[in-house]
Amino acid sequence: MKIVVVLILLVIGTLAFHWWSPWWMTPVASNWDNIDTTISITLYITAVVFVAVNLFLAWAIFRYRFDPSRRAHYEPENKKLEIWLTVITTVGVAAMLAPGLVVWADFVNVPENADEVEVVGAQWQWSFRLPGTDGVLGEVDSRYVDESNPFGMSPNDPAGNDDVLISSNELHLPIDRPVKLLLRSKDVLHDFAVPQFRVKMDLVPGMVTYVWLTPTRTGKFDILCMELCGVAHYTMRGYVVVDQQQDFDSWLAQQQTWSDIRAIPPGDPIAGEASFATCAACHGQQGEGNVAMNAPSLAVLPPWYIARQIAHFKQGIRGANEVDAFGRQMAPMANMLPDDSAVRNVTAYIETLQPRATNATILGDAQRGAAHYITCGSCHGAHAQGNYALQAPRLAGQDDWYLKRQLENFRLGIRGASKEDPYGHQMVLMARSLPNEQSVNDLLAYLNTL
Amino acid sequence: MQHVAIADQPDHLHDPQTFITKYVYSQDHKVIAIQYGVTAIFVGLVALCLSAVMRLQLGFPNTFDFIDPSNYLQFVTMHGMIMVIYLLTALLLGGFGNYLIPLMVGARDMVFPFMNMLSYWAYLLSVIVLLASFFVPGGPTGAGWTLYPPQAILPGTPGYDWGIILMLSSLAIFIIAFTMGGLNYVTTVLQARTHGMTLMRMPLTIWGIFTATVLGLLAFPALLVSAIMMMLDKTLGTSFFMPALVSMGESLDYSGGSPVLFQHLFWFFGHPEVYIVALPAFGMVSDVLATHARKNIFGYRMMVWAIVGIGGLSFFVWAHHMYVSGMDPAFGFFFATTTLIIAVPTAIKVYNWVLTLYRGNIHLTVPMLFAIGFIFTFTHGGLTGLFLGNVVIDLPLSDTYFVVAHFHMVMGVSPIMVLFAALYHWYPLITGKMFNQRLGKIHFWFTFLGTYAIYLPMHYLGFLGVPRRYFAMGSTDFIPESAQSLNASITISALIVGLSQLLFLYNMVSSLRNGKPAGLNPWGATSLEWQTPHAPPRHGNWGPVVPTVYRWAYDYSVPGAELDFIPQNHPVSAAEQTAGDHGEGKS
Amino acid sequence: MNILKVLLDKSWQHPTAAATAAQYSGPDAQAAARVMLRFILAIVGVIFFLFIITFLSRSQYPDFEALAGPPWQPFTNASRLWFNTGLLACASVAIQWGLSGTRAGKLNVTVAGISAAVFFTVLFLIAQFDLWLHLQSMGFYMNGNPANSYFYLLTAIHGLHLMGGLLVLCNVVFRVWYDNDLKTLAAPLQLCTTYWHFLLGVWLVLFALLTSRPDTINALAALCGF
Repeated sequence: MKIVVVLILLVIGTLAFHWWSPWWMTPVASNWDNIDTTISITLYITAVVFVAVNLFLAWAIFRYRFDPSRRAHYEPENKKLEIWLTVITTVGVAAMLAPGLVVWADFVNVPENADEVEVVGAQWQWSFRLPGTDGVLGEVDSRYVDESNPFGMSPNDPAGNDDVLISSNELHLPIDRPVKLLLRSKDVLHDFAVPQFRVKMDLVPGMVTYVWLTPTRTGKFDILCMELCGVAHYTMRGYVVVDQQQDFDSWLAQQQTWSDIRAIPPGDPIAGEASFATCAACHGQQGEGNVAMNAPSLAVLPPWYIARQIAHFKQGIRGANEVDAFGRQMAPMANMLPDDSAVRNVTAYIETLQPRATNATILGDAQRGAAHYITCGSCHGAHAQGNYALQAPRLAGQDDWYLKRQLENFRLGIRGASKEDPYGHQMVLMARSLPNEQSVNDLLAYLNTL
Repeated sequence: MQHVAIADQPDHLHDPQTFITKYVYSQDHKVIAIQYGVTAIFVGLVALCLSAVMRLQLGFPNTFDFIDPSNYLQFVTMHGMIMVIYLLTALLLGGFGNYLIPLMVGARDMVFPFMNMLSYWAYLLSVIVLLASFFVPGGPTGAGWTLYPPQAILPGTPGYDWGIILMLSSLAIFIIAFTMGGLNYVTTVLQARTHGMTLMRMPLTIWGIFTATVLGLLAFPALLVSAIMMMLDKTLGTSFFMPALVSMGESLDYSGGSPVLFQHLFWFFGHPEVYIVALPAFGMVSDVLATHARKNIFGYRMMVWAIVGIGGLSFFVWAHHMYVSGMDPAFGFFFATTTLIIAVPTAIKVYNWVLTLYRGNIHLTVPMLFAIGFIFTFTHGGLTGLFLGNVVIDLPLSDTYFVVAHFHMVMGVSPIMVLFAALYHWYPLITGKMFNQRLGKIHFWFTFLGTYAIYLPMHYLGFLGVPRRYFAMGSTDFIPESAQSLNASITISALIVGLSQLLFLYNMVSSLRNGKPAGLNPWGATSLEWQTPHAPPRHGNWGPVVPTVYRWAYDYSVPGAELDFIPQNHPVSAAEQTAGDHGEGKS
Repeated sequence: MNILKVLLDKSWQHPTAAATAAQYSGPDAQAAARVMLRFILAIVGVIFFLFIITFLSRSQYPDFEALAGPPWQPFTNASRLWFNTGLLACASVAIQWGLSGTRAGKLNVTVAGISAAVFFTVLFLIAQFDLWLHLQSMGFYMNGNPANSYFYLLTAIHGLHLMGGLLVLCNVVFRVWYDNDLKTLAAPLQLCTTYWHFLLGVWLVLFALLTSRPDTINALAALCGF
């Protein structure tokens, strides 16, 4: 008879867990609160069935437990009862389905006045495109994608010139205005999901899908990729910031259009050489790095990576943590480069420097390290050569003591914890998969062989 | 074309003599069933271990250095694929289908025994190819068990090179194996039923297995077709499913293909697959309930119609897996409706199981406990299916742990409850020995309560919005810290449940040696498989004479009968005739 | 057997008394083989059906260039395909002729019919392979265009099914016939014949599809809702 008691306890326990658990849907921030209503209807109907069926089951087991003096009732079928049960079930199912279909009809019909915003997914980063003043998104094609044109903007379509391209992982939306998000993927399947908005949709390469919503609450919400897109799927994060209209407008004014981006001149290495003199004090004349000064090799690093790090140091995204003593030294140095063109020049100069061989300072089991490196190699490349498309810097030839310290900083959240640093955040999550020093040493021993 | 079983001519029944012909190169359906069963349980244990490793990472992230994001995804993929295809499909149809069909319909063997044997060997080959992918460069594929292109065959996904090729090959071999076996099952049910065994006298187990096999025969081709096309995309550079794309910053030569087309094909197989697993389980649990409640299954005809109806409908609901896949959202109306319609026959089955217990005379044996556990877990899993099938509710919940919890409840825990019920129920027949009841009950309590402790909280992680297939959650604004404690408790429950399966294995193995002889028909069952002259049945099953069937499979507690069960091969007795027509006008 | 009547049967109401009928002596082997063949045909049918559905769906993407229509496409002039179709049709006729010989107990007709069927089938396969080489030489590679991919894929799958049929036919001829006499051959040969006709039918559908002009394909795709 234990089973009877257990069944009853499980029913009570399930209800209790539901009522008292603190884990429930995050408050809605869009017009899709009617989805929550549909869920409530379904929840109540199914709860009644769950309780009724299982309590009846428990009662039947108790009431008709084995008794040698009794025989079971012989009843092959009972048409009336079966028909009643079928009818009641059908009514219940219809009561759940009907509101669902009504809400779905809303979902299918996008309001005509919805603003269009394009969401672009790629392994493993989000970026966004707004149509600009003409209200039309320019043509794109994956054939045009390269380092200088990550969005694949077509050179033949003038409508693309005023498109606002947002390469960061943060999208702003004005409150109370319906928006139709056009979803496009450059490589594999992704899924644009913001739990507070309730709706989500896959990004499918080769086609443009969409989802629409009206934000109803200001705030900053996580974007998660919810369709498996490879090794770093779980690090593919972004943010939607819902603003009041004037905040949105001022944000929009700061963003660059496609023609702004094309107008940026390339860096001038000769001009950069002068500014590099300051850097050379620690990082060495050839940017080869200096362990005594705790300065890593710059010569191995690609210009776009150096530019991003200088920007982070300047903005206090990197090197602001009290524990990060060496990062804190770098922050004022970065501020000596007054503007973007100075940064471009110095990185152009660094690109001309030849990397030198480094000395291994860390001992580990390279073979085990190779197994760890499989995951790293997805972004940083099989030969640790780095990859612009994934915003992953070169690791081969970098000083191992520096990499070790950075892995440690990432793991502890000293570096990469800021929401402004999407790639740093990815590294935080990744570095945590190397939970102990031995695994880090093994990995670095392997990197030293590359 | 093949020939009739030699076993059908009892005068030249040459029983196999040597170990090899008896247990390895055997065409006896019972031996093939056991080969299928042992192989399936073995790979199932591999998949169970994989899930334990995954749970360790999720419950205690950043603690173990042998789990990294790459092999985590590989474990997820292999766990899913093994459990769905190589364990559940193989054990339910290859194992129980093989064992029970000839015995329950009164045949001496399958109609095409040689092909049946080939089926097992091909299955074994597919398992070996699958497991081989652990040892190739890059390891097994980590694309998720759905193997969605483009990512399944592109860098950035573990095993995109060798792993996926071996996976697709293994699936193709499995499909060939299943087809050879499946042709046998349907032909045997249709053509080899003994005298008097009309279709509506068959036990529901046979109805379930038969319908599931027909589904399998017609649905697996979709998987085969998609596997062939993806293999060509991978190896020869065709663009069936591959659009123009930029992978890792490099433009690839593909153009124009449609990833969504693959999903349609995959789920055209994938949804019937759910019922390929569920229908045999529905059938077997019906027989276990009837036998141990000493009562006929309630509403037998309705149960048969529901099985056939669910089977037929299952081909029209596939796109409910694709509400957020980017297909035309207008399809949502159609598929949400068909999906919720399928809930009606399913609900009727649940009512009828419960009503079978109502006014029964219930023996709480180990198989019965598992069957009751099944009703509970299946009710829970079926009800959460109403959330996901309803297209708008799927928007917030798809790709979260709610989905994971739902399909484990409905497709993992429930069929496995039935598998345990069936293994305990038919163990005395298969081995001739009785298992240890006490250990069986302990095993039940750990499994039943443990799995509920795993999956009930998991639904709430889904409501929170925790995505599936995440190696680690990291920090978000909407998931409270306390969700991690939920995850840890799920992991602990999972480890306990996993370990408690050792009790089951121990019970099965040690009872082979130490179990009491079970005798013939220890449960007092009516269906034919228990009426063999020997337990376990010998080669050819029936001794010199094939039984004749006189009645349906559920004559339990017939008023006026001497015992509380009348086997199917007992003709009408005088006492019964005076008692009048059975069961008419008692509604 | 009316399936509806079967499903409505209240089987518990009429248990039967001890049988007076003759002892049951096991299943009917030929009927079983016929049932199995029906299932095999259904499965093969589903496989080709699904390929064709994906073909139609894929044909609606802009990069698809049907193999017939414009004069530079290979099947605008489908004479080679007609020739191959003739070979397969001959195989079908021959096997049917052999079957009639078997039924009439004429050994020489049986031998001639089956041999001719095998000959024409093998010739068809060789001709199909030659067609592959021909298309390759014209620059229509497997990965060039989805229409090409489908051409190679569909013909390969169809050819594999024919090869499987040949294996079974050899098995039937050598095992059944050498062990027994001509009479026992009729039933399995009937099944092989049905299979051959079925594959001819499948080929005709594929033939029609592969030589369809773009507007025909578009119309078919529209009919399927793509």
